[in-house]
Amino acid sequence: MSQPLHVSLTRRYRFAASHRLHNPQLDQAENLRLYGKCANPYGHGHNYTLQVTVTGPVNPETGMIANLGELDPFVEQNVLEAFDYKYLNEDVREFESTIPTTENVCREIYRRLRPFPSAKIEKVRIEETSNNSFEYSDEG
Amino acid sequence: MIRITRKIEFAAAHFYHNPNFSAEENRRVFGKCNNPHGHGHNYVLEVTVAGEPDPATGMLLDLKELKGILNREVAERMDHRHLNYEVPELAGQIPTCENIAAVIWRLLESKITKGKLDRVRLYESPDLFVDCTAETNGRRAGERV
Repeated sequence: MSQPLHVSLTRRYRFAASHRLHNPQLDQAENLRLYGKCANPYGHGHNYTLQVTVTGPVNPETGMIANLGELDPFVEQNVLEAFDYKYLNEDVREFESTIPTTENVCREIYRRLRPFPSAKIEKVRIEETSNNSFEYSDEG
Repeated sequence: MIRITRKIEFAAAHFYHNPNFSAEENRRVFGKCNNPHGHGHNYVLEVTVAGEPDPATGMLLDLKELKGILNREVAERMDHRHLNYEVPELAGQIPTCENIAAVIWRLLESKITKGKLDRVRLYESPDLFVDCTAETNGRRAGERV
């Protein structure tokens, strides 16, 4: 009677970064109307919380979907080193052309993590503050 | 559909070791989790039941009953135990968060008679958890497509 199970593993990471929401095709008055104080010219920052969810078969030899000994350095090298203690608008190349809203940050982190070789990246969730959270997955 | 989640905690010891691996391979794959004397966690278990409330009571289920089931099936088996040695359902498996959560799902699924077991979420620490849900064409039961 037992049905097959879907098992996923979620690991939480943290990074601190600054950003500014500003569309260069709009004037500053329009940016302020659209983004409010997030458009202030010198930027501001957050303690972001990143949750990475992986899924796939549980390897019977290890009992694991993915070994944290592989996932942690992969996230560190592909995301945290580039994002932690950085100004996202200028220090992360992808945000030279896209606005680093947390929606876009979610999508960019998913894109960077997707090649993880040992399991499928099912979801990326970011808490920008304890009141705002964003999720991205590739399920269409 | 309504989903109700009840949380319990249990503290347990474990270590990871695969007898088919060499000592060196065990250390390489499992790192400090391979310490043969074990280590422990305060596990936090969140169990979600889904269904429709009974119009007579306004409740999907009596949370006291759910608490009793979680205590009997999980806490009495696992709280202040060594998961490698004292939980027969985990015998022959490496007591990772993935395997413990799946064992908990199997222990609970037939015991939940009002509503349906929807999700087992097991936190090993605030930074690591595993979700078990029913596999329904790759999507969680009840989830919108």
